[in-house]
Amino acid sequence: MSEHTSPTDVRVVVNAIGLTKADYRGNPSTLCQGCGHNSISSQIIAACYELNLLPEEIVKFSGIGCSSKSPFYFLNRSFGFNGLHGRMPSLATGALFADHTLRGIGVSGDGDTASIGMGQFKHLLRRNMRLVYIVENNGVYGLTKGQFSATADQGLELKSHGINPYMPIDIAWEALVGHATFVARSFAGDPKQVKELIKAALNHNGVAVLDIISPCVTFNNVDTATHSYAWGKNHETALHELSYVPRAEEILLEYDEGETREVELHDGSVIVLRKLGRDYDPTDREAAMKVLEEANRCNCLITGLIYIDPDQPSMWDIYQLTDTPLNRLREDQIRPKRETLDELNRIFQA
Amino acid sequence: MKTKILTDEQIETGTKIINDFSITVATVNGSGSQTSNAAILRAIFKMGIPVSGKNIFPSNIQGLPTWYTIRVNKHGFVARKREADLLISMNPATFTQDLASLKPGGAFFYADDIRLPITREDIVTYPMPVKQLIRQVDIPAYLKDYVANMVYVGILAQMIGIDLDKIRQALEFHFKGKAKPVEINFGVVSLAAQWAKENLEKKDPYFLEPMNATAGLILTDGNTAAALGAIYGGVQFVSWYPITPATSLAESLQTYLPKLRKDPETGKNTYVVVQAEDELAAIGMAIGAGWGGLRAMSSTSGPGLSLMTEYLGLGYFAEVPVVVWDIQRVGPSTGLPTRTSQGDLTFVAFMGHGDTQNIILMPGSVNECFEFAWKAFDLAEQYQTPVIVLSDLDFGMNQWMGKPFEYPDRPMQRGKVLWEEDLERLNGKWARYLDVDGDGVPYRTVIGNRHPKAAYFTRGTGHDEYANYSEAPEDWHALLNRLKKKFETLKPSLPQPIVEEMPNAQINLVSFGSTEPAIREARALLHDEGIASDFTRIRSYPFTDTVKEICSQYERNYIIEMNRDGQLHQLLRMHFPELAPKMISYAYTDGLPLTAKQIYDFILLKEKQDE
Repeated sequence: MSEHTSPTDVRVVVNAIGLTKADYRGNPSTLCQGCGHNSISSQIIAACYELNLLPEEIVKFSGIGCSSKSPFYFLNRSFGFNGLHGRMPSLATGALFADHTLRGIGVSGDGDTASIGMGQFKHLLRRNMRLVYIVENNGVYGLTKGQFSATADQGLELKSHGINPYMPIDIAWEALVGHATFVARSFAGDPKQVKELIKAALNHNGVAVLDIISPCVTFNNVDTATHSYAWGKNHETALHELSYVPRAEEILLEYDEGETREVELHDGSVIVLRKLGRDYDPTDREAAMKVLEEANRCNCLITGLIYIDPDQPSMWDIYQLTDTPLNRLREDQIRPKRETLDELNRIFQA
Repeated sequence: MKTKILTDEQIETGTKIINDFSITVATVNGSGSQTSNAAILRAIFKMGIPVSGKNIFPSNIQGLPTWYTIRVNKHGFVARKREADLLISMNPATFTQDLASLKPGGAFFYADDIRLPITREDIVTYPMPVKQLIRQVDIPAYLKDYVANMVYVGILAQMIGIDLDKIRQALEFHFKGKAKPVEINFGVVSLAAQWAKENLEKKDPYFLEPMNATAGLILTDGNTAAALGAIYGGVQFVSWYPITPATSLAESLQTYLPKLRKDPETGKNTYVVVQAEDELAAIGMAIGAGWGGLRAMSSTSGPGLSLMTEYLGLGYFAEVPVVVWDIQRVGPSTGLPTRTSQGDLTFVAFMGHGDTQNIILMPGSVNECFEFAWKAFDLAEQYQTPVIVLSDLDFGMNQWMGKPFEYPDRPMQRGKVLWEEDLERLNGKWARYLDVDGDGVPYRTVIGNRHPKAAYFTRGTGHDEYANYSEAPEDWHALLNRLKKKFETLKPSLPQPIVEEMPNAQINLVSFGSTEPAIREARALLHDEGIASDFTRIRSYPFTDTVKEICSQYERNYIIEMNRDGQLHQLLRMHFPELAPKMISYAYTDGLPLTAKQIYDFILLKEKQDE
């Protein structure tokens, strides 16, 4: 980031590609005051600004629900598509094929992902589409005014719906089991960690799942529920502090080797993990399962980068597309020549 | 032979029936008879004789009965006929039923290891020593089951006069020139033909003689034609989920795309095919890709289309181009998955909740399957809306003669898309849903456009001309009416009806899709009874006034279709209520393609009543 003096002599703070933070803003949010989702939107803005990403090179997707409204509240200069309930993964998959140079950010909720969307969520993971998939998880249906979602705690009591009798779905666990190549969990009230995880996710060459506990201030903020502010603040156990560092910078050297774990991403950038008290290796799938299971048993919230596999081929690696984005190919590149049809006709002829 | 139907003298003196009969092959599903039947069909076609082939098969992988019907007709009438003149019986389970179904005077070829009584004396019978002949073939034991069905190809060829050399060419087509399987299969054909020559005496009247009626024509199925048409239409994105009878459309794309659509310099792909997890995802991907500026399509059948309905409604409302092929099978519900119908017409016409409209294209030949496949992309992109192409199982999976595929006669119509230089010129001033040209068709941008004013937010919720969320009554009203205007604009661009006239015709036969061969033949039969008729084949929906103008010229329009409720009849009456008294519905569905006789009987009865 640097400061430039504009012709009108107003000092404007811009990032390395000359954009101000305002260039990443969205429309004013219409979500409830104090909603965790707004905080996540702010961190998406901050992460993209700090990563010097051109907004035109990001595409936003969402399904249906409170969470899915939020793409309208960040990155106005990015294209966005608010699709159908639980079916954002397929929409994003098709759209991103139009131009493989773009990055996708999908925003979903627990209702959108863990109920109708479970199938598409799982298949998105299998295909390893290059998409940041954020679940703004509050355990409740907000837009329809407070029914239990599939991630709601068993035994949770809500005013108008009584006690939830069913076991919850753990999105991070589902992601891990479903072979997601990047699984993280955070808490909307911890903006620094949310931002760093979004930055890491944006640089991951594959699907990156961020399960962000984002309390519903209106319908599910019982202090004892897993998805409430008070509970989250008291029960959060950060796995490690994490900061995204582009390779060009040499800050890495300042870190004590014994205390860091480096994961090189596909584009050559590196995530540096600072371990807090525990020796945690996010490239170890078994360890990741264990840590989630332990967290489940001790009823605590694990945050941080739970698992990453930067070496799995992404959908782009599999499909071998032209360097020119498909949606910029000319007619003569997508309509075969007349002679080829003459040849086919000869084969089918008497 | 015990029964002698014709004397040698009769055969000599021209009681022969030449190039005008139908053959049914009764086999067990999964026994590999498809190659044999395809070889017979294509060999006859290559002899210059008009022919068609229809597979009447079960929803089953292996074990249930299946029938393949071949119609040979020197006049070019190749619709299905109910009765067979020749029957090849390879399936003990249906032996008795097949035997009973044969027309008097017909020829019955049967595998001689089927030890069931032959109870009829009014037919000719030919035992075929299938197992014995296969034992003599010098090939590995595991291959013998696969080629056993070639025995009936050889015997039939010998008995009705199929040129063996044409069978070899047909096998070369089938195996795409691979020498080894051609040699093995043709070896069995030759052996069986030789055996028949030495051991069977011709007693039936059915003969093939070479003609010149198929020169220049092609023989193919509608799904292959659709796939090729899509490729020449520049398809870039295909997402699909397996469903009979649409599967072979996507599989044909997978066969031909790698051959036709790699960048010549880099060898990289200019297309994407994704087998989705279900139809919900298949259409989601296609809508995403269409929104992103790709020529995107999916192919499915009734149940899949039901699942796709919600996303297609979003496509209509958010104005996303996409093409979906509905290869109709028999509904409701899972219905008869391997049988044909035209039962999805009204569903597709009204598909989607709220005030939704859809463009429907209705191909009526394999050539139109090809043509509409590329035109569908032009229409979808020009008018930014889903286009549904209504084919059916009979087209999709059966073999039809047609003219050679015609290369698209015009450049691609990519519609109103603004790129960076366009926005530069406009100083970034544009609005996604603004009706600038007064035709109801707005401008759009697509992802990857780097102009800072290019982006907009697409949604299925209410929006204003600038794509902002809006619940304002005036915005909603204006939006819905602009969409309506768009559909008025696009109507003249849709394929208009094709009319075939006959001198002195007082009546008009109206249809769409795959019923054309049966109608063509029925008109000839009616003509022999002194009833001249015109024929109008409707090729798209929404209808234009042309349809009304045509139908209003006749006192009686017979609306002919393969469904129970007369869905085309319903739509025509709804749009042109003043014509209702002039329309008579003939709607019939039993899973099988219509025959000329059904149509002829119905119209003859009605017309005689009128006299």
